[in-house]
Amino acid sequence: MFDGSPDLWMLTALVFLGTFVWRALGAVIGSRIDPDGALFQWISCVSYAMLAGLMCRVLLLPIGTLAETPAMDRITALAAGFVLFMVFRRHVFAGTISAFAVFLALAVLRSQGVI
Amino acid sequence: MSDRPISTDVSRPGVTYKDHAHAFRGGIKAGAGMPLIMVLSGLTGFGALAHDSGLSLDISVALTLGLWGMPGQVAMAELHALGAPVLAIVAASSMANLRFLPMALVMMPVFRGHPLARTWRFLLTHLMAINPWTVFMRRGPQIAVEFRVPFFIGLSLICYLGGAVGTAMGFILAGTLPFAVTVSLIFLNPAYFLFVFSSVRQRNCIIAVVLGAIAGPLLHHVDPDWSVPLCGLLAGTTAFFLDRSMGGKRGSV
Repeated sequence: MFDGSPDLWMLTALVFLGTFVWRALGAVIGSRIDPDGALFQWISCVSYAMLAGLMCRVLLLPIGTLAETPAMDRITALAAGFVLFMVFRRHVFAGTISAFAVFLALAVLRSQGVI
Repeated sequence: MSDRPISTDVSRPGVTYKDHAHAFRGGIKAGAGMPLIMVLSGLTGFGALAHDSGLSLDISVALTLGLWGMPGQVAMAELHALGAPVLAIVAASSMANLRFLPMALVMMPVFRGHPLARTWRFLLTHLMAINPWTVFMRRGPQIAVEFRVPFFIGLSLICYLGGAVGTAMGFILAGTLPFAVTVSLIFLNPAYFLFVFSSVRQRNCIIAVVLGAIAGPLLHHVDPDWSVPLCGLLAGTTAFFLDRSMGGKRGSV
């Protein structure tokens, strides 16, 4: 459990710096970038596209444990979550919890051999 | 100033505290509800994912405390499990947390005028994550300037500690829980963020989310190592220009 190798600690330190650089840059530049300006808007677009792409990839083409579940279950759960997300006026909690509940129900039913 | 009328405008600082300790406790109270639940469950999912990716408990908690941004942590865990090159892991993880730059850029001006804001700016931005940021951007401007720093530290610290506890909990439970529960906890994490990103209000960001969601899995087939930053640059830049070409009001939808 506590057996992070020196290589892994080095990698952890590097990814820490990789994230901290954005925070530090944001703190230093502060308000110098106009939040309504084109540069700020472009940076926002790139970050949102990147994150949505990453999460979609993780959900649709997973690696590891999640890959052992049928894609159909993941898509069904997300679709159910999106319906409630929209019904509750783009409510993050409503979408997340319902997607989680549907996915859990499907996973339990599969492990019981019901479906 | 007794001659000043009581402001009903919510953008004016109307909330005040007795002292810094009181504001700090106010921040803890603001974080102890929904934000803490989301951080706990989200990072429990990350702990389970980290366990699944072959990381150790100490590294997993260090990633939460050091990165404090789940997309970057997930990128690191996933790409490490894939055996991607170090440079690609660092770049993807860093790019996945790029949003901290715009988030910090819009958060720091809220602290302006506080004597500690400049000295503590790196601590303030390090404690920043989606959950405390969302709460602070809504409540911070309503609080008297001198209490914003202690309020934010209380708010973000309770989330930060909750994140560390959640990570350890998820890591430890991952091996013992039934498969259905473990896999659901792993699923919870990316699903939560997909809904967080889907709740953006700006039109250009909505386009970016939709294009990114389509391009992400497609680009993964082309080049798994560099697909994340590539997806951001291609889909994000396309969304940026698409939104501009559409004209009209670019603000909210």
